[in-house]
Amino acid sequence: MSSIATDRADPDAAIGAALVQAASVTADTVLPPEPATTFTPPPRPTAPRQSGLAATLSHIRYVLSENLVTGFAFALFLLIVLAAVFGPALVPYDPLASDTVAALKPPSAQHWFGTDQLGRDIFSRVVVATRLDFGIAVASVVLVFLMGGLAGVAAGFYGGWTDRIVGRLADTIMAFPLFVLAMGIVAALGNTVQNIVLATAIVNFPLYARVARAEANVRREAGFVEAARLSGNSEFRIVSFQVLPNVFPILVVQMSLTMGYAILNAAGLSFIGLGVRPPTAEWGIMVAEGAAFIVSGEWWIALFPGLALMIAVFCFNLLGDGVRDIVDPRRRT
Amino acid sequence: MGSMLLKRVLAAIPSLIGVVIVTFLLTRALPGDPAAYFAGPAATKEAIEQIRATLGLDQPLIIQFFHYVVDLAHGDLGKSLTTGQPVAEEIRARLPASAELTLLGLIVSMAIAIPLGIMAATKPGSIIDHTCRIVTTAGVSLPVFFTGLILVYVFYYLLGWAPAPLGRLDVFYSAPPTVTGFYLIDSLIARDPETFVAALKQLILPALTLGIFSLAPIARMTRASMLSVLSSDFVRTARASGLAPYTVIVTYAFRNAMLPVITTLGMVFSFLLGANVLVEKVFAWPGIGSFAVEALIASDFAPVQGFVLTMAILYVALNLLIDVLYGLIDPRVRLEA
Amino acid sequence: MIVAPALQVEHLSVEFRTRSGIVKALDNVSFAVGKGETLALVGESGSGKSVTAYAIMGILDPAGRVTGGKAMLGALDLLHATPDEIGKVRGREIAMIFQNPRTALNPIRPVGRQIADVLLRHADVTRREAPARAIELLRAVGITDPARRAKAYPFEMSGGMCQRVMIAIALAAKPSLLIADEPTTGLDVTTQAVIMDLIGELAAEIGMATIFITHDLALAAQRAKHIAVMHAGHVVELAETQEMFAHPRHPYTAELIAATPDTAASLDQLASIPGSLPDLRRADLPPCRYSERCPRKLASCDQPLPVMPPENPHTVACWNPL
Repeated sequence: MSSIATDRADPDAAIGAALVQAASVTADTVLPPEPATTFTPPPRPTAPRQSGLAATLSHIRYVLSENLVTGFAFALFLLIVLAAVFGPALVPYDPLASDTVAALKPPSAQHWFGTDQLGRDIFSRVVVATRLDFGIAVASVVLVFLMGGLAGVAAGFYGGWTDRIVGRLADTIMAFPLFVLAMGIVAALGNTVQNIVLATAIVNFPLYARVARAEANVRREAGFVEAARLSGNSEFRIVSFQVLPNVFPILVVQMSLTMGYAILNAAGLSFIGLGVRPPTAEWGIMVAEGAAFIVSGEWWIALFPGLALMIAVFCFNLLGDGVRDIVDPRRRT
Repeated sequence: MGSMLLKRVLAAIPSLIGVVIVTFLLTRALPGDPAAYFAGPAATKEAIEQIRATLGLDQPLIIQFFHYVVDLAHGDLGKSLTTGQPVAEEIRARLPASAELTLLGLIVSMAIAIPLGIMAATKPGSIIDHTCRIVTTAGVSLPVFFTGLILVYVFYYLLGWAPAPLGRLDVFYSAPPTVTGFYLIDSLIARDPETFVAALKQLILPALTLGIFSLAPIARMTRASMLSVLSSDFVRTARASGLAPYTVIVTYAFRNAMLPVITTLGMVFSFLLGANVLVEKVFAWPGIGSFAVEALIASDFAPVQGFVLTMAILYVALNLLIDVLYGLIDPRVRLEA
Repeated sequence: MIVAPALQVEHLSVEFRTRSGIVKALDNVSFAVGKGETLALVGESGSGKSVTAYAIMGILDPAGRVTGGKAMLGALDLLHATPDEIGKVRGREIAMIFQNPRTALNPIRPVGRQIADVLLRHADVTRREAPARAIELLRAVGITDPARRAKAYPFEMSGGMCQRVMIAIALAAKPSLLIADEPTTGLDVTTQAVIMDLIGELAAEIGMATIFITHDLALAAQRAKHIAVMHAGHVVELAETQEMFAHPRHPYTAELIAATPDTAASLDQLASIPGSLPDLRRADLPPCRYSERCPRKLASCDQPLPVMPPENPHTVACWNPL
């Protein structure tokens, strides 16, 4: 079972994992692999980097300029962050203020995205919702980064029972269809936004734990860890100063790759009525409210929050690939 | 073959045990006092105590777990608070609706994704390759409930080609006599083409929604895996032996390329079973997903728990099936077991 | 010179497009192999031996392109044939066996079926007869208990056995030309000799010509009537084996012979050849691609290489031969 679902939120990584000899062919090109003459990637973070800052910056610049798509995704990401931070201050209408006279109006100069059944301005609601959706996604990936990262590092570094328990936990989570498990968790723990964050983090746990475990396992025997051990450093010091800094970039890649899934998962939960409650502005719940009006032709109520959600996920997915290229050029597919 | 099967079944047991433990813990994690919760808001103190004793909640956790497992073994998933019906019965009655939808969704997505992936791999850089890349990138970003709503708007409201998104069958038709529970198959058995067409019409949009949703990983994997296999030594041998292009692509390359794709199906099923819930809500589909969603809104926990357990068991079984299928295709797995 | 050639290759050039430029993998390669005879293509890895074979078979990587020349199999030019015409000869008139036999066979198809696939395509057999014919072929290549082995998968067999299966596949349609691309690489020493003997015997039996690709000059000397030495996409020297060893004319051939253990008079002579193959992506490739490694380089070596008439029994592409 464990082999089946190694990287479920990330088709790219799944391809990489499942294909044994595909290194040279999964690429979007038929050309044979070439010697690495075109650019010099920064030293892979096997050892703590001191002098590599300039190289890293130039590599980031390289990736952004060579890859228009990543640049575009990055710009979109900035827009989303801006909307999340300043959105509520900038929107033309109060997202909760209803105006029954202006209910169910299609998009116009006054209401760019139209109004919903209570006459609320959809544009304002979509923009304001960014903070909540983005916040849920960020909170859940940070949470799983801590949980999965620590558990994985402990499993990989100490092995033995720790490894077995973490592995079994990950396998058990993987034995559920992830969205269904998230539903069950939110239903059991209580219908709150915090629990949506927690559930989204838990279903992503195996992914992080496995990546961190593999990385820490390699580090355990690596020369510089051995050297640190011989020079009398405690295990705790070794883990915190030698292993964690090396696992960190790999997990950052994982975070950017799972952001899209996290936001989809959270929106899906609120779409079926979990977590966020009306009249809060949130993309999933707004689509759910608009669903009833689709059959009578009022498309704008569901369309705009749905599009916002789609664009955000699209942006995170593209950005995830870009971040992976920056941090870990070897894994590019 | 037999020993391979046995090994796979044994390997699935720890997963099943894990699933049962987790679903048990989920019930016991209910906020507040479960007895008060099950007794309802109007219950007296004595009534709550009585329920606590009946539910066995006054006993140690391990005993409670034992009772839970015994109940499960008898197919008892508890009773729904809102309907008073046994959850297991309700799930049994609604499961075929979900299964029919999910399977058709999977068939739709494989029927599109696999040829797309193969064609993209055999003609790299062509229009179809670019199409494949766009579909796979966009596909993973589409929220499934949003796709469903767009399809409803376009095909029901604008074009009027599809019937209203209200369940498995239009009100003018009656369900065919139950044999398999799949309306498509049952209507054929009953030799009732009209009902068949009516059921198909209802199914197309939700199945397409699920199909579009699971298209991306399958197409992406097929393409990558085909590319890898097409440049492998044995395909070169097959070409040099002058085998017909069809034999090279299908018998030699495709069958080998299917192995990683079958592995990906595990992930696809995880997505599909989850997405199924959302699609059932959009199309008012009377499956176990909408059963769970209705119960969730009514804070009725037993059906949700039964649903989670059923889905997890189904998923473990599907993964087992995938393993067996893999073994059937790959002799290295089958014979070395 | 070859009187009745089974295959005549003239001025074959091949390029590969890569992200870092065009690789001029083959340039003006010419040779011929006589009916029933064996020609060895000898050279370092990267010298273009396999690319030559793939170009002839029409199985070049999609990035590769034939930019000139012809390869005449009888009246058919393999390099300019339609897919239909190629389909009629590939596997039937010319067959090929590869190095690393264990990966060259379909891992999830019983070997008997793989032979039967070729029989059904090229030999006049029915579906019903094919399995029995496949077993016969397995017996012919010296596999014991062929009926049982026909049902086996490549991973259940040794490398030598897999190569026997490859030979059975290649010879299923009794082709007139076999290209054997390093057929013994990855096999142990005793198996190597057995496989080479087997190819020789079967070739003699059906009067088949063989192009034997190897980096091992000594092995080539034992097995081939003619030897063509390749370097960086050029055929630098082509002669009968005895003549080549007696009077090597190209400096590179001389170095190769000196570097071959069997012929080295002492360990001192067992010197490796200095320098390495030039980067074939370079725009300023010299006409003689050996000139930058060559101890006998003259000023005139910067002119285009001399072209010798194909009738010449001993051709050499050099301005200052030995």
